[in-house]
Amino acid sequence: MTALAAELPAEAPSPGAEALLTVEGLTKSYGSQIGCRDVCFDIWPGEVMGIVGESGSGKTTLLRCLSGHLSADSGTAVFDGEDGPVDVLSMPEPARRRLMRTEWALVHQNPRDGLRLGVSAGANVGERLMAVGWRHYGRIRETAGSWLDRVEIDPERIDDRPTTFSGGMQQRLQIARNLVSAPRLVFMDEPTGGLDVSVQARLLDLMRSLVRDLGLSVVVVTHDLAVARLLADRLMVMRRGEVVESGLTDQVLDDPQHNYTQLLVSAALRL
Amino acid sequence: MIEVKNCSKVFTLHLQGGIRLPVLNNVNFSIIKGEAVALTGPSGVGKSTLLRMIYGNYLAEQGSITVDGVEVVGAEPRTILALRRATLGYVSQFLRVVPRVATVDVVAEPLITLGTPPDQARDLAKALLSRLRVPPQLWSLPPATFSGGEQQRINIARGLIHPYPALLVDEPTASLDAENRQVVIDLLCEAKARGAAILGIFHDAAARGAVCDRDVDVGAFVPDADGEAAQSAPVSA
Repeated sequence: MTALAAELPAEAPSPGAEALLTVEGLTKSYGSQIGCRDVCFDIWPGEVMGIVGESGSGKTTLLRCLSGHLSADSGTAVFDGEDGPVDVLSMPEPARRRLMRTEWALVHQNPRDGLRLGVSAGANVGERLMAVGWRHYGRIRETAGSWLDRVEIDPERIDDRPTTFSGGMQQRLQIARNLVSAPRLVFMDEPTGGLDVSVQARLLDLMRSLVRDLGLSVVVVTHDLAVARLLADRLMVMRRGEVVESGLTDQVLDDPQHNYTQLLVSAALRL
Repeated sequence: MIEVKNCSKVFTLHLQGGIRLPVLNNVNFSIIKGEAVALTGPSGVGKSTLLRMIYGNYLAEQGSITVDGVEVVGAEPRTILALRRATLGYVSQFLRVVPRVATVDVVAEPLITLGTPPDQARDLAKALLSRLRVPPQLWSLPPATFSGGEQQRINIARGLIHPYPALLVDEPTASLDAENRQVVIDLLCEAKARGAAILGIFHDAAARGAVCDRDVDVGAFVPDADGEAAQSAPVSA
């Protein structure tokens, strides 16, 4: 496992570098219904940004546009990729798919959407390594095993299918599958969504240490302000498809400026 | 080290018809290296609000706040995060941590984030915890179920483990017994002796006297009943 750590780029977030992703004027409507309107933000290396808002506020639409599951009506999203800057909203489909398998990762709310249920846990993790060109079976298996351990799944379970795992284990497996190829930007859609509280706590703790150790940049969509407080460096609050407020996480939650954010914070059970 | 100029704070309560509550107006003071200053004034006067503004937790309405030359008012989140990581420590009254994380890791985290090897950071955390008389059998447990006094000492350990050049402390001795209070006073005096600038709120007069060189009366910054905070300060950007 220590050998693995050496393989991964453990670079510390470097302040003052370029933004990793710059989104400008992103707009998507469903007929007359607004999905999201004129959304602008930057993500910097090593930064975790939370997107919060109620159901229907446009969080998921935004994430789906960025991850290529929906096509945006207008706007740009320039990613500072290894081969130079690219606009992910207008890049050719094969290149976008390659990006999603290499420098980007998407963790779905429901692990069943992000995992292949018909193959073993080890194959789920190994698949992304093969997509980035790994061919040596022994090394792939060894790396998959050490990642299972890292996300607190018994490596003995490497040949079991994810359908035999609990919900919390499936979510951790999905995270391992996504992070094994050392992506630079990770999108997470309600990653602690359907999990009970103790399992959530474990997952949050795990995600925090992975983000720190790997220097990941993360965009995490959540409706849970407590999750946002624990995970995110800064927050973007959305309502009816628009960003109404953004800033440092604790500042937005403790001294909310916008009418809607004040409502959201006062409606939360406990922060 | 910490400089506050022409600062004001207004809370706008949208949920109560958009009432504007001016709480602080025309705040001016500064603290040099190795100096400890106490914020004084009755409860509710805005002492914690002022600390939080300096920490970037509350937004200042106008004016300027610099910590080690870095402007806090209007700063990008990552600028404030970088300032908090290396320069500006904050000991709040309440411990807020991730569930399930062991006490020793809660205390060691600020050092690990700054690049100290985890084992070394944990050793330093253990040394500080024993100095604060937190029993060793608690170190491996998450602090969520600990007593108020224990949680407060863990909070202090977390806030003091890195030698921050500037420290904000909010009632660090509030729920401690006499012996523990003395340990905290000693730690703060040591921080001051190594050159830290300290700004604190101490209801305990003895602790205040032992740590602080002078007082700043926050009551002097409370706006007049009819004076909107925006009127008096001439600063624009």
